[in-house]
Amino acid sequence: MDNWPAISDIAKGVQTGSLKAVDLVENALKALQEKNEYQTVIATTAERAKERAAQIDKEIANDQAVGRLAGVPFIAKDNFLAFGANTTAASNILKPFEAPYQATAIERLEAEGAILVAKSNLDAFAHGSSTENSDFFVTKNPHDKTRVPGGSSGGSAAAVAAGLVPFALGTDTGGSIRQPAGFCGVVGYKPTYGLVSRSGVIAMVSSTDVIGPLTKNVADAATVLDVMAGRDELDSTTIEKDPDGYDLRNTKYEIRNTKVGVIREYLAEGLELGVKQVIDGAIDKLKNAGVEISEVSLPSLPLALAVYYIVCPAEVSSNLARYDGQRYGYSDPTAHDLLSSYELSREKGFGAEAKRRIMIGTYVLSSGYYDAYYKKAQTVRTKIISEFAEAFKKYDVLLGPTSPTTAFKIGEKVNDPLSMYLSDIMTVAVNMSGNPAISLPAGSSDGLPVGLQLIGPMRGDRKLLEIAKTCEELQ
Amino acid sequence: MSKLSRDDVLKLAHLSRLKLTEEEIERSRSELSEILGYVEMLDKVDVSGLEPTYQVTGLKNVMREDDVKKYQASPADLLKNAPAVRDNQFKVKRVI
Repeated sequence: MDNWPAISDIAKGVQTGSLKAVDLVENALKALQEKNEYQTVIATTAERAKERAAQIDKEIANDQAVGRLAGVPFIAKDNFLAFGANTTAASNILKPFEAPYQATAIERLEAEGAILVAKSNLDAFAHGSSTENSDFFVTKNPHDKTRVPGGSSGGSAAAVAAGLVPFALGTDTGGSIRQPAGFCGVVGYKPTYGLVSRSGVIAMVSSTDVIGPLTKNVADAATVLDVMAGRDELDSTTIEKDPDGYDLRNTKYEIRNTKVGVIREYLAEGLELGVKQVIDGAIDKLKNAGVEISEVSLPSLPLALAVYYIVCPAEVSSNLARYDGQRYGYSDPTAHDLLSSYELSREKGFGAEAKRRIMIGTYVLSSGYYDAYYKKAQTVRTKIISEFAEAFKKYDVLLGPTSPTTAFKIGEKVNDPLSMYLSDIMTVAVNMSGNPAISLPAGSSDGLPVGLQLIGPMRGDRKLLEIAKTCEELQ
Repeated sequence: MSKLSRDDVLKLAHLSRLKLTEEEIERSRSELSEILGYVEMLDKVDVSGLEPTYQVTGLKNVMREDDVKKYQASPADLLKNAPAVRDNQFKVKRVI
């Protein structure tokens, strides 16, 4: 696997002229081509990437200032609107869609000199935990090609794991950054809800969707987050960034006496033995480093997945109503009136999982069922939030596995939607509550990576990243 | 939860503006029933005295000036993805 230097070192090399942006882009495009066996991306944005790289090199030759991500190639999940290739969300209904504007996250990264080189594969509309729900093809796990990379940001996670680019962007609605990061052995960061603008990112569950980086290490994730974070006029749900920012380069965190709570409910039955052993090993290392570590119970966490599978389809059914074949996307040419145009365009344009979620969402929101399902779920959500808030009165971070298992086999769960949903059982709770969380590579079980999950208090992203970086150094 | 009937699925499909195939109708009956059965675990949870949560940041009334800005997308850019266009407008099938 290729080794990219740290993101800040790549940018420094470009700024000082020891590295050329055109060569970095060329390397990334070559790696994408040579390691096509993992099928991580849907399309490259080669032409515009080369143009941007040449422009950056020219600016440096002319002694102009370039940004702090100058020349750093990256991949965005294909639910980010960007120029240079179609934005498909890996769905047939958006296959022909050319973005008329770009996501704020892409704009901010490119304003600092980062260069988008490709759009990665995902479960269509980010519905899934394995990338098998892509309407186009299945991405493979670089650690074992017979296994899934996780999902829905599976293409991004696999691309970083295979060393194709220094970082990739993903979205995390129920675990879609952390779970594939865990399965592929990379770092995946889910910021506090609202910290990164979602303008120009295809909406799935608006009350839980967040954007975050997948990287080789925590410092790189912090650098990328620092560039993307903060208020955006185009997304009224955004919050202010930490006044100290998130960059960790000049930070030395003293982990001794940090209070870590191990979530009892995440170490209960259903956890694979090999995963448990790796997590236990990580806990021991923290103890030896002087961390105050004890078990904590959040009794409502086992309900989080049920809450999620009401709230998620409800919001999906609403957010996917816009794909009606009238203004953009696939429009069935055989339709004879407006109703059949809607029905046929949606029937042929959506895959099985999108249809399933649209129908469940429609069911739980329909009159007579709304109180029993949707309102009840949103009230249990309050319970989950208050249990997290209570735990953070005592602890700096909470700890557990990212997933109950390592990467499963391609095809293993594809015909059993509920068992696929259960692979998010340890990641969804923080999406319901808004808390930030990170998945770190903690070791392996039978040759497959195991992810360690750390959860921080609301808006506590900086400290969570500092603790995660120290944790990473101990592994 | 008892299994959804064929009529239940057809009604949901219609409300969702999906024209399901025969095979999808049958599969949906069991898959949707199984998922709805799983979430029934919430029925037993005591939530007395708690209010539902609809958003988690506590932001309220985020205001901005209502002024015209030059934006990167032109009307022509926004129409280039349309299945049918006439006189710079979306052309759709007859509505009423």
